[in-house]
Amino acid sequence: MRDVLSQTEIDGFAEVSPTAAEPVVKAQDLNLIFGSGENAVHALKDVNLTINKGDFVSFIGPSGCGKTTFLRCIAALEQPTGGSLTVNGMTPDEARQARAYGYVFQHAGLYPWRTIAKNIKLPLEIMGYSRAEQDKRVAEVLKLVELEQFGKKFPWQLSGGMQQRASIARALAFDADILLMDEPFGALDEIVRDHLNEQLLQLWARTNKTIGFVTHSIPEAVYLSTKIVVMSPRPGRITDIIESPLPKERPLDIRDSAAFIEIAHRVREGLRAGHTS
Amino acid sequence: MKTVMSVLAVLAVIVAFWYAACVPMNIKGVLDAAERAGEHVTPAAARDRRDAGALGLVAGNTFVIARSWSVDRPRLPAPHQVAMELWETTVEKKITSKRSLIYHGKITLSSTLLGFAIGTGLGVLLAVGIVHSKVMDMSVMPWAIVSQTIPIIALAPMIIVVLYSVGVQGLLPKAIIAAYLSFFPVVVGMVKGLRSPDHMQLDLLKTYGANTAQGFWKLRLPSSMPYLFASLKIGIAASLVGAIVGELPTGAVAGFGARLLAGSYYGQTVQIWSALFAAAILAASLVAILGLVERLILARMGVKS
Ligand SMILES: Nc1ncnc2c1ncn2[C@@H]1O[C@H](COP(=O)(O)OP(=O)(O)OP(=O)(O)O)[C@@H](O)[C@H]1O
Ligand SMILES: [Mg+2]
Repeated sequence: MRDVLSQTEIDGFAEVSPTAAEPVVKAQDLNLIFGSGENAVHALKDVNLTINKGDFVSFIGPSGCGKTTFLRCIAALEQPTGGSLTVNGMTPDEARQARAYGYVFQHAGLYPWRTIAKNIKLPLEIMGYSRAEQDKRVAEVLKLVELEQFGKKFPWQLSGGMQQRASIARALAFDADILLMDEPFGALDEIVRDHLNEQLLQLWARTNKTIGFVTHSIPEAVYLSTKIVVMSPRPGRITDIIESPLPKERPLDIRDSAAFIEIAHRVREGLRAGHTS
Repeated sequence: MKTVMSVLAVLAVIVAFWYAACVPMNIKGVLDAAERAGEHVTPAAARDRRDAGALGLVAGNTFVIARSWSVDRPRLPAPHQVAMELWETTVEKKITSKRSLIYHGKITLSSTLLGFAIGTGLGVLLAVGIVHSKVMDMSVMPWAIVSQTIPIIALAPMIIVVLYSVGVQGLLPKAIIAAYLSFFPVVVGMVKGLRSPDHMQLDLLKTYGANTAQGFWKLRLPSSMPYLFASLKIGIAASLVGAIVGELPTGAVAGFGARLLAGSYYGQTVQIWSALFAAAILAASLVAILGLVERLILARMGVKS
């Protein structure tokens, strides 16, 4: 039902004005303080950010600057202590109930008692997809992350990188408009990472999903994003937001282009400023 | 092979120790019998022997050591006496005979299993309630703990009497006493197991908009399986103890409890010991069966063991 609605919404929108930005996530003066008194941690301070439909937003910054916390706020896993945050015009909690999110954690977190295919089915079972639909989607996403051969295997029979791909497949299996990924490729080697980055871009271009992506890698952030959010810690805040001028089509060798190097430089400067302040 | 040898070595040490213990334990009776048969023992007077230390008597009368392993009604029967009694009362007796340990074992086993089923069911239900309701956590858990501090031996007769007065007798009262002992480890283990999924796994379900029931069936219950089986093994052994204790107040007509009680009435230590061993063997077999079921289920769940 929801899919039908959102599809007509998109179509309707496209007819009126194809370029108009449609805000999906809107944070205004968002604050989050963990604990109180002496032990209070100001994890997010006065965060203002708008993520539009179809954006690929990377969050980059030193450890403890609140990247994970912000993602968790969007997914209604954390309750902000101040400011406002809306997702698709709803509260994060309502958006969660409308199943707007696919979340990929740093650790794959597959259920050891389920096969890979069954793990990917988990959200589909919960959301009440039909058996036939479940099987069809599992086959689709397994192919997408190149794990067709491994559907019947158990997680412990797969390498860490393969497990992480399976957990991405799990988040892709249902039609969440927003994909939140917290350092999904942190534990993978460079080559696999490049490959998955390419695939992720293709997937994003094809599905028009909105993606929030946490990373510690400057090249990864620049290669993937339409918008790069640089953050700094104590208190966790946004120090720079960079709109990428790179085209939507991005072959891997775009990383050698002048435009790419310039953005990467600006991100590095932003990170350095955050460190010394 | 090496482990088998080690296990056998430990067993041999235990048996040797047991044989050694038989000598001082039974020496006085052996010496009395020898004196009645006209043999020369030191000290010669029964009164002197009564006050003498057992080890001193053994040192003074080394010629009777072998006899202390084949006394008719020993204080401590020797291993082979118990083994022979076990053999005679299981293999050589008809199962329907009142002297067959198999007959008594079946009676104890039926109340053990019924009590285990009741206790496990109750324990799992309580655990589910405790994990999902703060009120139950705070109100039920303390009582469950208090219930285990009351000695079962004091409680058993009351349960029997109360149930008898409402017309319930036979298997059920014994099973309830068994359940009383076995539900507790199941509650504790199951609560721990149902709470074992980490934050990330619970958060993931939240992002799917899963409800509590889905969280239970898809995450909490499967995660709790290893914990459940650990508690079931304790629970079934406790259930057997409960079933035996439950047989005592009813006048102990049948079951291992009856054999124990009758044995102590008539000073039949061999009978007591063989009933004890039969109970221990039964408990070990039940635990082993549960271990097998656990291996099968966890293997089917794909958990590497
Ligand atoms: N549940 C919590 N309770 C208390 N403090 C927390 C909690 N979660 C996070 N914090 C604190 O909030 C701050 C931001 O944490 P967060 O996990 O968002 O950082 P991060 O940017 O994701 O870091 P990393 O790159 O290491 O993952 C840290 O100082 C952290 O200690
Ligand atoms: Mg983090």
